[in-house]
Amino acid sequence: MATTTEPALDRSPKSGAPPLLAIRKVAKSFGKNPVLRDISLQIAEGEFLTILGESGSGKTTLLRIIAGFENATSGEILMEGERLDLLPPYRRRVNTVFQHYALFPHLTVEENVGYGLRVAKLPKDEITSRVAEALVMVKMAAFAKSKPAKISGGQQQRIALARALVNRPRLLLLDEPLSALDANLRRQMQVELKSLQREVGISFVFVTHDQEEAMVMSDRIALLRMGELEQVASPREIYSHPATAYTAQFIGHTNLLRGEIKGGIARCNSLSWRVGLPEGPALFSLRPENVRIVNPAAGSDVNVVTFRGRIQHQAFHGATELLQVVCADGLALSVRAATRENRLGDLHLEFSPTDAVPVRESPERG
Amino acid sequence: MSAGRSASRWLPWHATVVFAFLYLPIVTLIVYSFNGSGVGGFPPRNLTLDWYRMLFADDAIWESVLNSLIVAFAAMAISLTFGIPAALALDRANFPGKALFRRLVLLPLILPGIITGLSLSMLFHDSHVKLSLLTIVLGHGTALISVATTEVFAGLQKLDRAQEEASLDLGANYWQTFWRVTIPNLRLSIIGAALLIFTLSMDEIAVSFFLIGRDNTLPLEIWGRLRRGITPEINAISTIIFVFSLMAIVSWYRLRMGSEGTREAAAALVETAA
Amino acid sequence: MFSRAYRAAVTLPPLVWVTVFLLVPYVLLLCYSFWSVSPSQTIIHSWTLDNYRELFRVNVYLQTLFRSMWIAARVMIFSLLLGYPLAYYLSFYAGARKDLFYQLVIIPLWVSYLVRAYAWKTILGSDGVLNTLLQYVHLTKHPLEFLLYSPFAVVLTLTHIYTPFAVLPIYAALEHIPRNLVEASQDLGASPLQTFWRVIFPLSIPGVLAGATFAFVLSLGDFLAPLLLGGPSGIMISNIVVSLFGAAYNWPLGAAISLCMLLLVVTLLFLSEKLEKKWSFR
Repeated sequence: MATTTEPALDRSPKSGAPPLLAIRKVAKSFGKNPVLRDISLQIAEGEFLTILGESGSGKTTLLRIIAGFENATSGEILMEGERLDLLPPYRRRVNTVFQHYALFPHLTVEENVGYGLRVAKLPKDEITSRVAEALVMVKMAAFAKSKPAKISGGQQQRIALARALVNRPRLLLLDEPLSALDANLRRQMQVELKSLQREVGISFVFVTHDQEEAMVMSDRIALLRMGELEQVASPREIYSHPATAYTAQFIGHTNLLRGEIKGGIARCNSLSWRVGLPEGPALFSLRPENVRIVNPAAGSDVNVVTFRGRIQHQAFHGATELLQVVCADGLALSVRAATRENRLGDLHLEFSPTDAVPVRESPERG
Repeated sequence: MSAGRSASRWLPWHATVVFAFLYLPIVTLIVYSFNGSGVGGFPPRNLTLDWYRMLFADDAIWESVLNSLIVAFAAMAISLTFGIPAALALDRANFPGKALFRRLVLLPLILPGIITGLSLSMLFHDSHVKLSLLTIVLGHGTALISVATTEVFAGLQKLDRAQEEASLDLGANYWQTFWRVTIPNLRLSIIGAALLIFTLSMDEIAVSFFLIGRDNTLPLEIWGRLRRGITPEINAISTIIFVFSLMAIVSWYRLRMGSEGTREAAAALVETAA
Repeated sequence: MFSRAYRAAVTLPPLVWVTVFLLVPYVLLLCYSFWSVSPSQTIIHSWTLDNYRELFRVNVYLQTLFRSMWIAARVMIFSLLLGYPLAYYLSFYAGARKDLFYQLVIIPLWVSYLVRAYAWKTILGSDGVLNTLLQYVHLTKHPLEFLLYSPFAVVLTLTHIYTPFAVLPIYAALEHIPRNLVEASQDLGASPLQTFWRVIFPLSIPGVLAGATFAFVLSLGDFLAPLLLGGPSGIMISNIVVSLFGAAYNWPLGAAISLCMLLLVVTLLFLSEKLEKKWSFR
């Protein structure tokens, strides 16, 4: 199992080897209400994929379809080439960590973790040793005989994790498992989960609405919006090359520049630069950190777009600050700069044309 | 959420059978109240309203209905007057013997009614109080305090303490707060309790049995006739009782559902349904 | 927040009433059980254990008590057998009609007990609906005697009366089970049947205990059904008590039996509560 510390590689499966999980044209409607439309996605062995989306985007529904608690209205799901969606949940080699943990209140921590193994009628000693191993892995060995009601939320979450992993599933599904934890514990668990996944080597499908969490943990992010996949790519790729306006705005901050392309030149208000794109209306995403404040005296590169603006508002973010800047023609931009005590109201700014990423419109969907 | 293919096949059948078991006797009763050839005998023939006509001409029955109504309303008054403070006391006060008090109040619910009835009759006998409608009223009122207490107690759990605190903060004293804030918030519980107490009192036999004087309540009147033999007139009055009980319980249910979920209603019912 | 005056005002009136009309009568009951009755039908207020000795000496009392317990046990078992699957159906399968079905369960509860017992009497008699129906369709030639005036009739009627009592607490317990536990169990490989026995049933036990207790205790103390439908072979302990306060005029003995019943009921309730706590996982 490949264990790299640099998770930047795109882990889409190489052609020829069947992916671990293939979701083909899956759609789901509840009555007349379409929740998922035409989802196609592949998950590779050992990858950490996050399904990211707002509430109502359909991410939990997609997860439940993979787990088997909902049936897709159309489409199919294959695991290693075989139809998964025809099996009931208790016959899939898939395990779930539920959002509110769903620990059995009448069983001890030990009994909870060993539940799946007992149901599979494994020999007693094997159950005992695997359960002990799982508890050590999540650092909860001391609580083996406790009841779920007596342990904290964060501890319950680890038990839920152990209970799922002890069965050695091919795929682990996690339904917003960190959402009930406070911020510090959450950050700690993100790191632990990521290293656990690397250690165990199982594919994780992680559902969340928190884009920061997605970027920290994932090999790839699948951004879901109103039942459709907006973009599927690695965190760095999705950040630096968002495909649509929605993606650009959902992940990180951005400036959306609206303009026209005519004769190889893009024009947004008073700004213009060369592009190799077809004629017509255009939309560009420009990240605030890519707008630099410059000293007017220093000579400027030919390949930058320069302009002037006035600071409207300054928001302190610790190491950096976010400035709201307004240009003479009324264009408003966010600029991220290193924190500085005294800023003059009037700024000279520049950005490279390559940092203005063209994005598609994200129309309202019915 | 299905819990099994085979289960989902026989469970509806089982449910149908149980519902049939629960309702067929009553349906039979109603059907035969229109049966010309009287009670029993299959199939029923001669559809007639004779028995109802007989019923309406039967003075003794209507006297007992009147007695039952008097008793029911009086019992309601007693049960609520003492049951509401009891619920408040259990919720808000600590006093020696509180645990005993709570169990004592709830005991008549689960204890066989005759025990409550005969111990009260001993009390009246030894205090030389003659048995009459009054003693029945005292018996019902006492036994049904538990119904009022349970319902109001449940309602108190839902009451936002902050409202009463706000009232006190704004200058109202305890008495005013009680009438202006506490009682209105308990409105639904009180009405629900009243409905239940009324229905239970109208049907009460076990306690009444020992406390009866010369005036009969409706159930005891029917009971007396049953000892003498079955007549279809009894089917007729039973049908009428059924219709009224039905209306009472559906109203109670609608009231409850308006303010809380099925679960809580189930829990409360279970405690008051004896 | 509540002043002493407030707390006294809400506590004293019910306390006084309950003491006078509940505590004192029960204490009187206790006293009567130690007194005796003279041949001239007056109560002798001298303390004696004779009544209790009588209970154990004369067979009929213990016999009737055991018969009553056996009847109550059967009612309890049948109520649970009928009631559990119904409660399960309501909780997991009824969906949109849950509300309606729930009302259908509680309606019989509130329809007059007397009416329902009477209904069975008209059905089970030798000229009753069931017998004439069976003869009409030529399934039987003569009326079935055992249907009425037998323990069978009592058990049948009491099961009819107390099944809803069993359904309600079981339903409440089932409703309390978070549905994600069922999903988690299936996710971990348990089939629906395994999920029922390993997860759902254990968590519903407090409801089952409550329903069983109601059905048993209320049946045990019942006097109406045996009187209407029991016949001589269906007499239960409460009927004996009633007759001791009526024709057989022996209040002290009746009080002694009543006290035993009271102790039995209180003990059963206590045990049931303890068991319920043990099986409650909240």
